[in-house]
Amino acid sequence: MNRSLVTLADHSREKIEYLIRMAQEFEQHPNRLLLQGRVVATLFFEPSTRTRLSFETAANRLGARVIGFADPKVTSGTKGETLKDTILMVSNYVDIIVMRHYLEGAARYASEIAPVPIINAGDGANQHPSQTMLDLYTIYQTQGTLENLQIYLVGDLKYGRTVHSLLMAMRHFNPTFHFIAPDELAMPETYKTYCRQYNIRYEEHQDFDADVISGADILYMTRVQKERFSDLMEYERVKDRYLLKLDMLSHAKDTMRILHPLPRVNEIEYAIDDDPHAYYFQQARNGLFVRQALICDALGISLEQVKNDKTIIL
Amino acid sequence: MKRQELIVSALDHGTVIDHIPCDRLFDVIDLLHLRQMTSKVTIGFNLKSHKMGTKSIIKIADRFFTDAELNQLSVVTPNVSLSIIRDYEVVEKKQVCLPDELRGIIRCNNPNCITNNEPMATFFHVIDKEQGAVRCHYCNHEQDIHQAKLV
Ligand SMILES: [Zn+2]
Repeated sequence: MNRSLVTLADHSREKIEYLIRMAQEFEQHPNRLLLQGRVVATLFFEPSTRTRLSFETAANRLGARVIGFADPKVTSGTKGETLKDTILMVSNYVDIIVMRHYLEGAARYASEIAPVPIINAGDGANQHPSQTMLDLYTIYQTQGTLENLQIYLVGDLKYGRTVHSLLMAMRHFNPTFHFIAPDELAMPETYKTYCRQYNIRYEEHQDFDADVISGADILYMTRVQKERFSDLMEYERVKDRYLLKLDMLSHAKDTMRILHPLPRVNEIEYAIDDDPHAYYFQQARNGLFVRQALICDALGISLEQVKNDKTIIL
Repeated sequence: MKRQELIVSALDHGTVIDHIPCDRLFDVIDLLHLRQMTSKVTIGFNLKSHKMGTKSIIKIADRFFTDAELNQLSVVTPNVSLSIIRDYEVVEKKQVCLPDELRGIIRCNNPNCITNNEPMATFFHVIDKEQGAVRCHYCNHEQDIHQAKLV
């Protein structure tokens, strides 16, 4: 059985809840020797320092050893070696491969040819399931449930891979989505069709102000990147309109939390960092526990084994 | 027998593929690997057709294709007529239909797809047979089969 993680799209509600419970165990006790004697490869064909450090820390805190590369320039890919050859070669040495690639579908392909499990750490504009899983974990952690939530997605909803994956993964939990984006970066029709198909309610808002976000349980901010605009005048015109300012939180629910996949540029005013609604740094920290759970699950280690683990380092 | 039919010689045993749009004739030849065939193949090109204006026809002697082989044709010629001939008689007529999966037939139109950058076979899931919508198994991009380029 192939235990690779390519996308969360096929995961059932039960599987998502199971992974959340496993991540909770690692949040309690992140330092263990559960993976002692195992070797994890991190192959980053495209640099992504945050994601790589998070995966490597997850493996290291469980006692595994890590090999790999952070920069494709030093690998043979530039010498014309195929992905298949690289994957088959590395599979000889390790128990699991965490892979980031600039091409879409690379993770699916790797999972089909590799004799060891593959974890997709992002494949082009396609999927980034560990990010989605940590978003789900954080939403659950802050709201105590994933059910019936009002989730506001703000910023780049067109190219933002994280918001698309989040939207799809939330389909099991009866959410209501609210889309707030400039016209050039509006939620694509495909995902609205997806919402209708799965009976996910959604509303689109023109304004981004205290009134609009007063109903939010989760305010999910994303980066509005200059490169995405064909018309730079348009960028200049809208860039500040999607900046979250402290005074906009005046009517927000006490339990509302602000998430952001990071890095942020100028989407969230720095004054908000000390406000109790801010949660993006804790969200990033959750990436560690979630990735510990994803690595263990891909290696065939069950929740039961994690609960009965005697290797915890206190 | 009408004169038009006689231009392409009669077949005693084999498969007739009729009503091929002329601009798709060579795609059909490629999809069925007719260039490698050792039996007799007769091809009519730019023939008159009531339905289509002009059409092409291929008669392949002593060769009967599987449904899977024939269904590949649906990608380029959804409306061809297929006749199975035994002893000069049409014993079966078939329509091609889009299969559930297409392996190694069309290219993905996403330039950033792994299938366009690695020596590997493409793989598509047919998500809407009526509309001809297919989704790449690897990059998840959806495309219209009628716009697809053959591998
Ligand atoms: Zn593709």
